[in-house]
Amino acid sequence: MLELDAVTAGYDQRAPVLRDITLSVAPGESVGLLGPSGCGKSTLARVAALLHRPDGGRVVIDGERAGGWRHRAPRAQRTAFGVVFQQPRLSADPRLRLADLVAEPLRANGRSGEVTDTVRELTERVGLGPELLGRRPHEVSDGQLQRACLARALVLRPRWLVCDEMTAMLDASTTAALVAVVEEYRRESGAGLLAVGHDRVLLERWCDRTVHWSELAA
Amino acid sequence: MAELTWKSTGDRRRSTRAWRVRGSAVTVAVIVLAVLLVPPLVQLDEQAVDLAAKLRQPSLAHPFGTDDVGRDLLLRCVYGLRVSLLVGVVAAVVATVIGTAVGAAAAASGGWFDRVVMRVVDLFSSVPHLLLGIFIVAMFSPGVWPVVVSVGLTHWLSTARIVRSEVLSLRSRPYVDAAISGGASRLRVAVRHLLPGVLPQAGLAAVLMVPHAIWHESALSFLGLGLPTHQASLGTLVQSSRGPLLAGDWWPTLFPGLCMVIATLAIAGLAGAWRERLNPRRRSELML
Repeated sequence: MLELDAVTAGYDQRAPVLRDITLSVAPGESVGLLGPSGCGKSTLARVAALLHRPDGGRVVIDGERAGGWRHRAPRAQRTAFGVVFQQPRLSADPRLRLADLVAEPLRANGRSGEVTDTVRELTERVGLGPELLGRRPHEVSDGQLQRACLARALVLRPRWLVCDEMTAMLDASTTAALVAVVEEYRRESGAGLLAVGHDRVLLERWCDRTVHWSELAA
Repeated sequence: MAELTWKSTGDRRRSTRAWRVRGSAVTVAVIVLAVLLVPPLVQLDEQAVDLAAKLRQPSLAHPFGTDDVGRDLLLRCVYGLRVSLLVGVVAAVVATVIGTAVGAAAAASGGWFDRVVMRVVDLFSSVPHLLLGIFIVAMFSPGVWPVVVSVGLTHWLSTARIVRSEVLSLRSRPYVDAAISGGASRLRVAVRHLLPGVLPQAGLAAVLMVPHAIWHESALSFLGLGLPTHQASLGTLVQSSRGPLLAGDWWPTLFPGLCMVIATLAIAGLAGAWRERLNPRRRSELML
């Protein structure tokens, strides 16, 4: 269970972006969070993935309260989340080749031995050919880069996936392919999903349950 | 219909830029080779006094003329460039290392540490750095190392600011978020993602610092605070030529001065090209 309980967060204590938001995702459940631009849904996604410290409220992950955010979060809690962001250009280190980009979380966790096999298996799954793996981010398209970013999010086999407008920059066929990869991973691993976006049709097709921001910010 | 030929005015600008880069590169290469190879190869004593040939005008025997005790000025200029470049490069490296460490530490820690460190930087920036440099060299006896220490210790401030702002901007990129979510430690984020991002900027700051440091060495030597007067450096050469200049002998001032200007322009030209590659959209004010 991923529980966000009365979360208040923002970038200025005096003017929080979101106030008293409560949301929970059951294990294996997929929840789509809909909302207009600038309402704070991305901030909520970052709080859920332990990447932004809220000013109030608490986050409970599988019955365990989040002890800290960013580097202060225990590594096991941080890596329980796979995060995919809206803009692949900004979420890929421009100096890393795609293969290193996908392998980076394994190396950061001292599991360099598994790199070759895991990267091959995962990049095949997201549809990246071996000829792309030696390229740097500026040498591939947005869609190809987002595929690599999704592979990176899955490489540690997280129990929770947070997709923050993952498909906003992509065309319909890439969107369908990436959603299919996420769903296949969830079927075999039982991971829960919090998908944030403003494409109602997509989220309603994709998720077990969709919540509109206005229902949360009561 | 007449054939349309599209010609951009940018072409000519680009080609003059390319020539400027080539010219700078050749000049820097010549200077570096000269200061490295001439002293061991020609085995002439730059200190050799020849009072019978003092203050000779430029000629084939002495292309740059001779000074007031008959020393060959071409040889003195080569030795002077050697000392000035050494001081410039070492001082620039010292300043850049200090600046990068301070700026990166301030940005990475944030909070009160960042604020205190940056106020200290502001405090030092508020004092004219030549004054601060004079204060530091005055504590030692004249020599190369006091000058290096003085220039190095007074020039890390701008690098610290540049590196700090660069790290702050990199730190908020989503790829750092992704690294944290992937379990990367603070050290790993710093070494793998932040440092490689600021190194080009820091390297550029170091190169731009070299001519600046050369001018500072010259200024300190000119004021009589830098190198001892018998040791040739561009600053001491210009300083000791003041007397002859007043008597109408122009060459002991002109040639060391030209060396300084040409070396500065060449290094700055290369640095400008580098900066343009790093950031093509910002036309640099320091292109020179």
